[in-house]
Amino acid sequence: MFKILKYSFYDLMRSSWSYVYLGFYLLLGIVLLFLNNDLSKAIITLMNVIIVLVPLIGTIFGVMYYYNSKEFTELLLAQPVKRSSIFLGQYLGVSISLSMSLVLGLGLPFVAYGLFRSNAIWDFSLLLIVGIFLTFIFSALAFNIALSNENKIKGFGYAILMWLLLAVVYDGLFLVSLILFEDYPLDKLSLIATMLNPIDLSRTLIILKLDISALLGYTGAVFKQFFGTSFGLIISFIMLLIWVLLPVLRIIIKSKRKDF
Amino acid sequence: MVEIIDLHKKFGKNNVLNGVDLKIDKGGIFAVLGPNGSGKTTIIKSILGMVIPECGTIKLFDTDIKKNSDYRFKIDYLPQIANFPSNLKVIELFRMIKDLRGKTDRDKELIKTFKLESFLNKKLGTLSGGTKQKVNIVLTFMFNSPIIILDEPTTGLDPISLIRLKELIAEEKQKGKAILITSHIMSFVEEVADEIVFILEGKIYFRGSIKALKTKTKQQDFEHAIAKILTEHSV
Repeated sequence: MFKILKYSFYDLMRSSWSYVYLGFYLLLGIVLLFLNNDLSKAIITLMNVIIVLVPLIGTIFGVMYYYNSKEFTELLLAQPVKRSSIFLGQYLGVSISLSMSLVLGLGLPFVAYGLFRSNAIWDFSLLLIVGIFLTFIFSALAFNIALSNENKIKGFGYAILMWLLLAVVYDGLFLVSLILFEDYPLDKLSLIATMLNPIDLSRTLIILKLDISALLGYTGAVFKQFFGTSFGLIISFIMLLIWVLLPVLRIIIKSKRKDF
Repeated sequence: MVEIIDLHKKFGKNNVLNGVDLKIDKGGIFAVLGPNGSGKTTIIKSILGMVIPECGTIKLFDTDIKKNSDYRFKIDYLPQIANFPSNLKVIELFRMIKDLRGKTDRDKELIKTFKLESFLNKKLGTLSGGTKQKVNIVLTFMFNSPIIILDEPTTGLDPISLIRLKELIAEEKQKGKAILITSHIMSFVEEVADEIVFILEGKIYFRGSIKALKTKTKQQDFEHAIAKILTEHSV
């Protein structure tokens, strides 16, 4: 698996898209810091960007890489390499290179600004960890979609649809249901609804850590009341981990049964 | 060496293989023939584990191929259409496959035979179809495996390369290897093959020497013998 990972990673490092992505984050970090001049405010803005953008990039890159490396995959399938190693290697190659772009792109400007001398370092690290989780989750979901769809256009369509659902539509539906059923106790329901969407979960996780009650919202408040801050953090991390593991498991199972 | 027992495969509603039984227990050149869509490539891909059959077993040297992917160390495979990652250089591709399969020195000799030296630093995406096929051939013959599978090996080759390919195949046969070839070029098959495996509608219709096929169909030459089978079954 590590050999495949190595080749996928090199392949991606040579692609100009990785650098566009890196450049974008560098720019974002620099602009935020120099327009804001306030580290903790910059982190909140960054959170809002990361939570929407990282899943989108992970989804698109995952689907694109899978379809683009079809030839590479076919070549490898005839070699003495396990199927699960081929797909896991490629998946890890995509997720790791994307995570690296994210960490370097945001890390460098913040370190240059003097992150190590500020007490925002933990908030910032948490932000990056959540960003890495989201990258791993959404690339895995994208690989799942691509594995199930031979047709490129269909695969792309479903992947974008998934992102739209989780990043935009889900929140809207959730809010509408809260208003419609406001006469009923909705604590448990809203907790479950948050757990079932990795984007919502990440948002709650970061806001819990940042301890900004104004941004907490209904779910966040319920979350905090129900679990308390530290237990809430642990629970959300476990949920994020499950969100990575389940799609990865499906990649392994699905790839074993597929014809090429 | 290779044993296929009662292999079935469907793609959607389309039955491609309907119980293929094939046993190859000695070296030699076996030509797998059949009309388009008869399931030649599917059989080959099943042996390689790229297609997962609905039922049936495939054994290589008496071991079921489902158990482990290591059996592919014993197979050299030349795919029908050479699809290579286009942003990789030829030399990098060779290096990568060697990294995956183990060391070999034979690539240098083969690169020389097929005159690929000047292409080594070019990207695979920029190569012509024939050159790609040569790269494909070098990749296939680079390792000394006891089973060789060639899916349409002559595609896009110029006459000189074709002669070299035939020499290469003959050389490998001398080593006692089992070589499976699919091709639509009957003169090529007639020249190289020891045995014909004819597939029709997902089953093995005929297996034996070219001579036996001619007697069976009462035809003088090989091409007409094949054509006769095809017209009789109106494919």
